[in-house]
Amino acid sequence: MEHNMKQQLLSRIATNDGHGENSPYFDGWKAYDSDPFHPTNNPNGVIQMGLAENQLSSDLIQEWVVKNPTASICTAEGVNDFKDIAIFQDYHGLPKFRQAVARFMEKVRGDKVSFDPDRIVMSGGATGAQETLAFCLADPGEAFLVPTPYYPAFDRDLRWRTGVQLLPIVCESSNDFKLTRESLETAYNKAQESNISVKGLLLNNPSNPLGTVMDRETLQEAANFITEKNIHLVCDEIYAATVFSQPGFISIAEIVQESLSKINPELVHIIYSLSKDLGFPGFRVGILYSFNDAVMNCARKMSSFGLVSTQTQKLIAEMLSDEMFVERFIAESSERLSKRYNYFTRGLSQVGIGSLNSNAGLYFWMDLRRLLKEQTTDAEMELWRVIINEVKLNVSPGSSFHCSEPGWFRVCFANMDDETVHVALRRIRNFVLQDKSATKKQCRRRSKLEISLSFRRRDEIMIGNVLSPHSPMSSSPLVQ
Amino acid sequence: MAIGIDKKSVSLSKVAISDTHGEDSPYFAGWKAYDENPYDETSNPSGVIQMGLAENQVSFDLLEDYLEKHSASSNFGSKSSTFRENALFQDYHGLLSFRKAMASFMEQIRGGRAKFNPERVVITAGATAANELLTFILANPGDALLVPTPYYPGFDRDLRWRTGVKIVLVHCDSSNNFQITQEALEAAYADAESQNIKIRGVLITNPSNPLGATIQRQALEKILDFATEKNIHLVSDEIYSGSSFFSDEFVSIAEILEARNYQEAERVHIVYSLSKDLGLPGFRVGTIYSYNDNVVTTARRMSSFTLISSQTQQLLACMLSDKNFTDNYIETNRKRLRKRYQMIVDGLRKAGINCLDGNAGLFCWMNLSPLLEKPTLECELNLWKKILHEVKLNISPGSSCHCSEPGWFRVCFANMSEQTLQVALQRIHNFMERRNSVS
Repeated sequence: MEHNMKQQLLSRIATNDGHGENSPYFDGWKAYDSDPFHPTNNPNGVIQMGLAENQLSSDLIQEWVVKNPTASICTAEGVNDFKDIAIFQDYHGLPKFRQAVARFMEKVRGDKVSFDPDRIVMSGGATGAQETLAFCLADPGEAFLVPTPYYPAFDRDLRWRTGVQLLPIVCESSNDFKLTRESLETAYNKAQESNISVKGLLLNNPSNPLGTVMDRETLQEAANFITEKNIHLVCDEIYAATVFSQPGFISIAEIVQESLSKINPELVHIIYSLSKDLGFPGFRVGILYSFNDAVMNCARKMSSFGLVSTQTQKLIAEMLSDEMFVERFIAESSERLSKRYNYFTRGLSQVGIGSLNSNAGLYFWMDLRRLLKEQTTDAEMELWRVIINEVKLNVSPGSSFHCSEPGWFRVCFANMDDETVHVALRRIRNFVLQDKSATKKQCRRRSKLEISLSFRRRDEIMIGNVLSPHSPMSSSPLVQ
Repeated sequence: MAIGIDKKSVSLSKVAISDTHGEDSPYFAGWKAYDENPYDETSNPSGVIQMGLAENQVSFDLLEDYLEKHSASSNFGSKSSTFRENALFQDYHGLLSFRKAMASFMEQIRGGRAKFNPERVVITAGATAANELLTFILANPGDALLVPTPYYPGFDRDLRWRTGVKIVLVHCDSSNNFQITQEALEAAYADAESQNIKIRGVLITNPSNPLGATIQRQALEKILDFATEKNIHLVSDEIYSGSSFFSDEFVSIAEILEARNYQEAERVHIVYSLSKDLGLPGFRVGTIYSYNDNVVTTARRMSSFTLISSQTQQLLACMLSDKNFTDNYIETNRKRLRKRYQMIVDGLRKAGINCLDGNAGLFCWMNLSPLLEKPTLECELNLWKKILHEVKLNISPGSSCHCSEPGWFRVCFANMSEQTLQVALQRIHNFMERRNSVS
């Protein structure tokens, strides 16, 4: 039989691009895969700065694990629980797990809100939670609004198998990419005009890729908007515990619990995970918390398709029940993130590279607009490609996050050790300084700052990859 | 801004409000009765005995024993691999060591009669996810899969709920021990065609749930030929492959393919899980093994929604690559299940009840049709309720498995101690005696 005919044997979902891996950002990943940096073995390799992983505090976790052998069913101390844990497949999850997660979520929000353990629903990572909510809240063809720039894999998670659409709410640097009532209305009306039924608003707070938190007014604005339009509000709070400086984090749960008369809680759903805050992406601990009973029940039934391994539930239950450890961890992790952030951003500003003022996340949003030949996506891609091959820092171009303004790049800083950090910064600085002495290139737009810095745009600074596409050799696109 | 107290009703999706999740069926109602009044040898000896749960608890001691002896390696691996590395590993290819161990374990279960390539092993959080995922890949909404009856009730949800795909029944009956025939397949296919429903594949469970029997080699050949002729897929859910009582009585579709030199293999996909053979349903360990490269690639991408915890992958990679352990486990497990099966079938026979000749699985397929006033669904459900509330046994009525012949029931025997099984058999015996003395 013809190969083509065989291809037709698969579904539309299987043969479309909804998986998101056919993106041009493949180059960044390839470059890293084929030439990964190593301090001794490959000191000139590509440094991975496109991966939003939190590795800064794993020593604390490791220490805890060693000290608490009963948390693991594979140790002599814990094996007595093996059978009960192994046969437990109730999709409600281990009660202790739910209690520990609820309590952890409360602590992370400074005990300003309370979470009911009975409302905790599991999922296959936040990835699974996003998709589950889309299945619950919208029919194929209906849409969610999402502010740009946003995490690229939302396109896959919310759309691929569900048939739901994602419509952008354009946010701009002129007001630090804040979400405004105006932009919400614009996006909503645009959908109406195109006869697309909007079912919800998706927010990511703290934001990936911006690293900023939403202020109270904006959250309330969003809350009022969705209540008025009677559409759902999905808040992905996966970076909640990565907030490392003021202003503090305000969860949508606070808005729900303080202004019950204004917001309809039945419309609010929170997505969470332990992948970023604790650095456990491999454990696939996704959490869905809905204030709507019907959604909670439906999501719980759907969780059969992506439950958390009870072996992992048990470990997490024990770990997060250790209140002293949790408090210490949250504080220490925050401090380490802050140090990294400051080190990088100060080091960069010293050579004239600015970034968005942020206080959360595992990355910062760097401004390279001045280095573009022209303010276009093509120019951004050109800069990015040139940098992948030269400066050998793999960062993520703003266009992969659907940013409307070219020239922004997301730079991850929590997935490497101190030594690598020094090398990364040194490379940037060397490039910039080297560039200063060699004149040449004219930038289209010059600001006052630029007079002292003429940059040559070849390939330096930072480059990123965002949606690490499928590498045929080894690893999967690690969507951060 | 003030919103009126009168909150508008909140709309959910069609998927959310449908009842295709299947939880309103009697299959689950029985569980509720058990949950409210669970049997316990000492504290609640007159409670409901759970015989509706296909769990394998007969070989846990072997697993515990292994863990006690190997705690260092199974807990986050050897010295070179640390907690941190394991916790960070989220690659949807899955740990290579885990895939190798799964492939090797699957080979051992099949007595080495089929080979499995670790590069074709796709990981999913349980067979539940695997079956749904495959359906998303093989069929469009509105298309259908052919599924022989009786079948595992969970398929109604797994194959249909979020996918929008239909199930077309391939009717099997007791006249030939519920074997799948070419005629039945053709009839179902024609039936679908007449309704303009596009069939995309056949899904078989081998060994069968709820029959507790393996599919014969000839039948497998015919099914593969049928799929080839219609140019559709063949999914073989072999979740009970390690639970066949005699190793050589289970023939995997993989063996058929090998014998044919892998011709037409691209339409074949195997689903497996450790929930039954190893008794680890909580760990959510499922796999899809496909002979089709496109399916492997796509399934892997989709598995992002349902990966196996790397912590669990690590544990199982160690355990399943220990050939001494797995050899002994597989053989001992088969022996113990065989013994249980014998026990229940003998006990039922003494009570005057016959079962289908079974040779695999964690349950037997019991024939209570002689007890029905009339061969109707209603009578079957009445009998089921009676058994649940009077005899206090939760068993699964055949209708919940879409069996076209009323009166058959699936009875699980591996999720309890031998004593509890004896108690259950005694209750059935007493029930039958009462009936016989009355009539």
